[in-house]
Amino acid sequence: MSNLIYNLFDEEVQPPRLYPDYKSTVLRAPTKPLVLLKQSLSELSGPVFGDFELGTLDHDLTRNSIVNGEPLGERIVVHGTVFNENGQPIPNTLIEIWQANSCGRYVHKVDQHDAPLDPNFLGAGRCMTDANGNYKFYTIKPGAYPWGNHYNAWRPNHIHFSLFGANITNRLVTQMYFPGDPLLQHDPIFLGVPPKGRDLLISKFDLDATEESFALGYRFDFVLRGNNATPFEKI
Amino acid sequence: MKQTPSQTVGPYFAYGLTPEQYLYSFKSLANNELVAIEDEQIIVKGRVFDGEGNVIPDAMLEIWDAKNNLFGRFGTGTEKDNSFVFKTQKPGSIDGQAPYLSVILFMRGQLIHSYTRIYFSDEDLNTTDTTLLQIEESRRSTLIAQKQEKFYEFNIYMQGDNETVFFEI
Ligand SMILES: [Fe+2]
Repeated sequence: MSNLIYNLFDEEVQPPRLYPDYKSTVLRAPTKPLVLLKQSLSELSGPVFGDFELGTLDHDLTRNSIVNGEPLGERIVVHGTVFNENGQPIPNTLIEIWQANSCGRYVHKVDQHDAPLDPNFLGAGRCMTDANGNYKFYTIKPGAYPWGNHYNAWRPNHIHFSLFGANITNRLVTQMYFPGDPLLQHDPIFLGVPPKGRDLLISKFDLDATEESFALGYRFDFVLRGNNATPFEKI
Repeated sequence: MKQTPSQTVGPYFAYGLTPEQYLYSFKSLANNELVAIEDEQIIVKGRVFDGEGNVIPDAMLEIWDAKNNLFGRFGTGTEKDNSFVFKTQKPGSIDGQAPYLSVILFMRGQLIHSYTRIYFSDEDLNTTDTTLLQIEESRRSTLIAQKQEKFYEFNIYMQGDNETVFFEI
């Protein structure tokens, strides 16, 4: 471990700090150059979350906050693998999930969008990758919602994700989008990602993962920062 | 393989990432009380400011103390003055370097998170710490929490004359 050096953010695919089309970056993006830090124990370690900390329904947002019935909307199952850039699957990775309901409304108290809340849907969940780096969770397809960035601004359908990899350099917070969404080409948050990276944020419809008479399947893989270890050989 | 691009945490992370702090009925995996034993506790407290000097009420901080294996998380939307507060212990020195906490900072308006560190004003090792010495003297103080009577104060400035030093790691 002591000789491992983790790759930096890849500017070819990572968004810049300042992206004026996304207006709130203007006053919140650091303006001075970042100071390159030699990676030490602090950067090469991070919190470890065990399976035992997860509730039994944490991975099923269609069931984890039922009050008096099922949440409304289109049931989906999202699955995939967490890799690092070297191509190695990463087991025991905590994935946290939050999203709007099928109407495009968040439970969050600050969300004032005039669309109904769903009493049976919180929109928060989490899961861990298994020994092969795979994860799977059930939810309701989130709706699009308006926001104040510019006139008639709408966010495409998306699910928010937070991942902890091997250490704090691997920390990832991102959003997953859906194929064919016409709002993507108008969304400055999505477009803040350089063209080369954009497809990496769009899930793929997956008929094999689709559960008959139950839920549509989508596949979404994550790739965390890799390191200078010998590249992984596919067996 | 190519890295998955980062996207902003947005304004609505609280019920997913810091649910108990914001009083949602979902269990938090991490909070701002990293150690329970009171006589070992220190309090680190501060606010996050934007380029116009406004306090940011929807940021989320994560702190990591590698020496003691302690991790905490807190959003700036629940305290009256929109501060963040962590109760933890003084991290020890590693390899003779000054003790510090690693910080990962998220907020709406950041497409990608920021990394910084919290050092402590009452540590002699600050004067010989190789990371601190690497930083131009005029900006070094942005990384040092100032000891007050009951807590350490650490404010984060995203921009401006006092812009906090952020790291590429
Ligand atoms: Fe969102």
